[in-house]
Amino acid sequence: MTIAVELRDVHKNFGRTEIIRGASLAVKAGERVAIIGPNGAGKSTLFNLISGRFAPTRGEILLGGRPITGLAPYQINRLGLARSFQVSNLFTRLSVFENLRCAVLWAMGYRYSFWRFLADAHDANERTEQLLHMIKLERRRDVLATNLTYAEQRALEIGITIAGGAEVVLLDEPTAGMSRSETSRFVQLIREVTVGRTLLTVEHDMGVVFGLADRIAVLVYGEVIAFDTPEAVRANPKVQEAYLGSVLAEQQAAGSGV
Amino acid sequence: MDQLLINLLNGVSSGLLLFMLSSGLTLIFSMMGVLNFAHASFYMVGAYFAYTLTNIVGFWPALVLSPILVALLGAGFERTALRRAHKFGHVPELLITFGLSYVILEVVQLIWGRAAVPFATPAALDGPAFTLVQQGGGLSVRLGAAPAELCSTAGALCSRFPMTRAFMMFIALLMLVALWLMLTRTRVGLVIQASLTHPEMVESLGHNVPRVFMLVFGSGCALAALAGVVGGITFVTEPNMSAVGPIVFAVIVIGGMGSLAGAFIGSILVGLLQTMPLTVDKSLIDAARNIGWAVGPDSAFYPFLKITLAQAAPILPYLLLVLMLIFRPKGLMGTREG
Amino acid sequence: MSARAEPFVGLRFTPHNVGRWVVWGGFAILLLIAPLLFRSGLAHTMLSQMGIAVIACLAYNILLGQGGMLSFGHAVYSGLGSYLTIHTLNLVSAGQLALPVSLLPLVGGLAGLFFAALFGYVTTRKAGTPFAMITLGLGELVWSMSLMLPEFFGGEGGISGNRVTGSRFAGITFGPQIQLYYLIAVYCFVSTAAMFALTRTPLGRMLNAVRDNPERVEFIGYDTQHVRFVSFTISGFFMGIAGGLGALNFEIVTAEVVGAGRSGGYLLFTFLGGATTFFGPIIGGVLLVLAVVLLSELTKAWLLYLGLIFMFMVMYAPGGLASLILMNLRVAAYGRLRELGWRYAALAASALVLLSGAGAVIEMVYFLQVDVTGGDTMRFAGVPLAPRGAASWVGAAVVLAAGIALFEAARRRFVRHWNGVQEDIERELRRRAGL
Repeated sequence: MTIAVELRDVHKNFGRTEIIRGASLAVKAGERVAIIGPNGAGKSTLFNLISGRFAPTRGEILLGGRPITGLAPYQINRLGLARSFQVSNLFTRLSVFENLRCAVLWAMGYRYSFWRFLADAHDANERTEQLLHMIKLERRRDVLATNLTYAEQRALEIGITIAGGAEVVLLDEPTAGMSRSETSRFVQLIREVTVGRTLLTVEHDMGVVFGLADRIAVLVYGEVIAFDTPEAVRANPKVQEAYLGSVLAEQQAAGSGV
Repeated sequence: MDQLLINLLNGVSSGLLLFMLSSGLTLIFSMMGVLNFAHASFYMVGAYFAYTLTNIVGFWPALVLSPILVALLGAGFERTALRRAHKFGHVPELLITFGLSYVILEVVQLIWGRAAVPFATPAALDGPAFTLVQQGGGLSVRLGAAPAELCSTAGALCSRFPMTRAFMMFIALLMLVALWLMLTRTRVGLVIQASLTHPEMVESLGHNVPRVFMLVFGSGCALAALAGVVGGITFVTEPNMSAVGPIVFAVIVIGGMGSLAGAFIGSILVGLLQTMPLTVDKSLIDAARNIGWAVGPDSAFYPFLKITLAQAAPILPYLLLVLMLIFRPKGLMGTREG
Repeated sequence: MSARAEPFVGLRFTPHNVGRWVVWGGFAILLLIAPLLFRSGLAHTMLSQMGIAVIACLAYNILLGQGGMLSFGHAVYSGLGSYLTIHTLNLVSAGQLALPVSLLPLVGGLAGLFFAALFGYVTTRKAGTPFAMITLGLGELVWSMSLMLPEFFGGEGGISGNRVTGSRFAGITFGPQIQLYYLIAVYCFVSTAAMFALTRTPLGRMLNAVRDNPERVEFIGYDTQHVRFVSFTISGFFMGIAGGLGALNFEIVTAEVVGAGRSGGYLLFTFLGGATTFFGPIIGGVLLVLAVVLLSELTKAWLLYLGLIFMFMVMYAPGGLASLILMNLRVAAYGRLRELGWRYAALAASALVLLSGAGAVIEMVYFLQVDVTGGDTMRFAGVPLAPRGAASWVGAAVVLAAGIALFEAARRRFVRHWNGVQEDIERELRRRAGL
């Protein structure tokens, strides 16, 4: 089984504050991994490091066995990794269709060309239509991104992320701020669009985590303290302590008779 | 030697004037995120106000009144116009100050005319601050003007450093100290320091941001006006005064946008770059000649090579800007990006 | 396989875009017959300059409106294009180069391209406000250099040339203004079409994406800086063409073509015309020539008026005249324009009063400022005024005050009515979307 994403003892300092203190992780290809942890643990920072938004202070990051430490975001994306953002990061004055099409262009090989018309880019246009259908925004095709509802924006956010066909998809709190029904619909959407791909997602909603993830990584104070199947993580005393505090964790362990 | 010293002092005093301008600009930029394109225009208005006020109440009251009036003007502009542009983003804010610079220039020309106005130096600041006398291999300093007989003696070279320039340095250093004290010792200063790096946080801490904006913009303009008063008596008071604008912008990019320390270093650097080469009448051709290379009118790049350093002085700050961009894009001490 | 069964792929009804042919055809016809409608020499001069200005403003808007890049020193590229064109023209005149005059603007274009690539490499490393400041600095750099290199820039007198030279094809010498106008018209049409086409290409669309969210662009595989750099270079090319045409038009190039005044003019008028649409800069280019040639003759305070208009546009209509036109077209499409007619009339009338008062004051100040003959009277819009007495001042002040009050009242009523109409339209749009 190939390792899709690997972190080897990654450290990240901001000034004198160390946010990530030696995080190591190895995600298998095709796996769905949820990253959980208390607030401030460094989950978004981890995503920023993997996707190239920041460079790690120390340590290595590998994509499909290839070192990507310190590469620019666009280089990492071209190697097959895409990410979404916790706060929708859309092209505000472009329509839904245009947003998706932009995300498709590089993967389809259009690069910086100014000698071909977009209207003639049939493969890009078809793929965009497919995506539109996948994220169920066909009726909002020509609406400017800034005029969409919150849930629609989150859907578009995911659409842009998977548009380029990246093998490894990072979703940063995709269901943040959604209602129960929206969340379950969204989880279904995520499951559909990430078939056959490697998924890393930061999540707070435990229902989503347990429903979606093959394995769960628990990040506390910048370190991965557990990386295992959901059941194993649930029973892990270190995880319980991190979430509940040591006293409650002992009670929990005693009470559940594990 | 004496000429060199005077040049050095000229360069430093120019740099300090640039600092007076760039500090106000940096404060406005750091706190509000808007680059005041009309900053040099307020500099000019400060000089003109002082000119008119001097004729009414004398120079020294004008030195105080002019910045206050300009501060009111700036605050008024912020409240009426800038605030409206604020909600459209940073580019419209920059554009509206750009428009303001046109309007101020035209209004100034409307009221005071297109020619330079005779803004006379007050008696106390007239004449040289000190004179460097180079005589017989020795260098001596005389406060004020050296006696005429001494300077006309054969073999004696006198270089004078104008009192106005010394005054300019004094005011600039006073401003520097006052700014430093305010930023590090007062509560207002703490708020401003915080907003140098985290303006949104300052907002969410409950400070009356619109009023603070008005205050900051007004204060920045007051600093520019104070520089204008001083600049007006040292240099010529004319509509072309606002041409110092692009140099100030170059200074803050070189120093690093949002950094006061960077603005200071950048200002001194640019001040020296503009002034020191003025005495060097040598060009690259002369340099080439020194290493035995004869360059004539037929050589390639002759038009470039024959430019003397003195002629090139105006573009040196911009060349530094370009170099800085290539090798260190965030500036000397830059922390925040625009 | 199953994808073909989806209803939206496969056969689709794409109607032949008739509208497109009408618009471009209309544009071409307008360019062709304009000099026949306006026959005076002044009109032909102005039309020629307008053609040039349209190209320049459209090229400038590639950066401003489409790329979100504010450049304060863009005249450098049109100016250097002008200089290289006129030097080439002189080479043709001297018989050292056999290039038809009609192709010389392309030389300007290539010069603009070259310098945009050279300077753009450095300037596009930054974005937003720092980018603007750097373009300002570079503009000052080039302008200062113009004084230092008289061989290339011609010093105070500039470089002159004669466009009636070289090969004559079918008797066209470009001597008469009308012939040059048609050359400019051809370049204008082709350049406009090319720049419009750019907005329909992958690069053009990615440039818009960079404008809206430069960071996200990086995460979808594009190097933001490279997108900006290529666009900057393309913009420089068309600026160079405009510069080349300018060199042929005026047959003299002086240092002010690379100066801050011209750069500021491009910015001002592109913004006034409307940076958020494609055709806005076309309006801007036309206004630029009207202002520089006509308005400056009408009043000495034209730069003041321009600055004030610009400031008001930024505050109240940041999309420029084009957006105002489009907004009103939308209102008209919903049949609500007629009821606003009275409000517009009230607005216009009170604005007239306001402008009369303000204009009278400004012109009187100018009169006192400039007139040294000691004359007593002047005429403002046909009304005799005596600036040296108090009566005219009081009168003007009263008119001004009344104008301000009336305009403010009319404006508030208008805005209330307008907002009401907008709300109705929004509601209707939502209703239609829900169907």
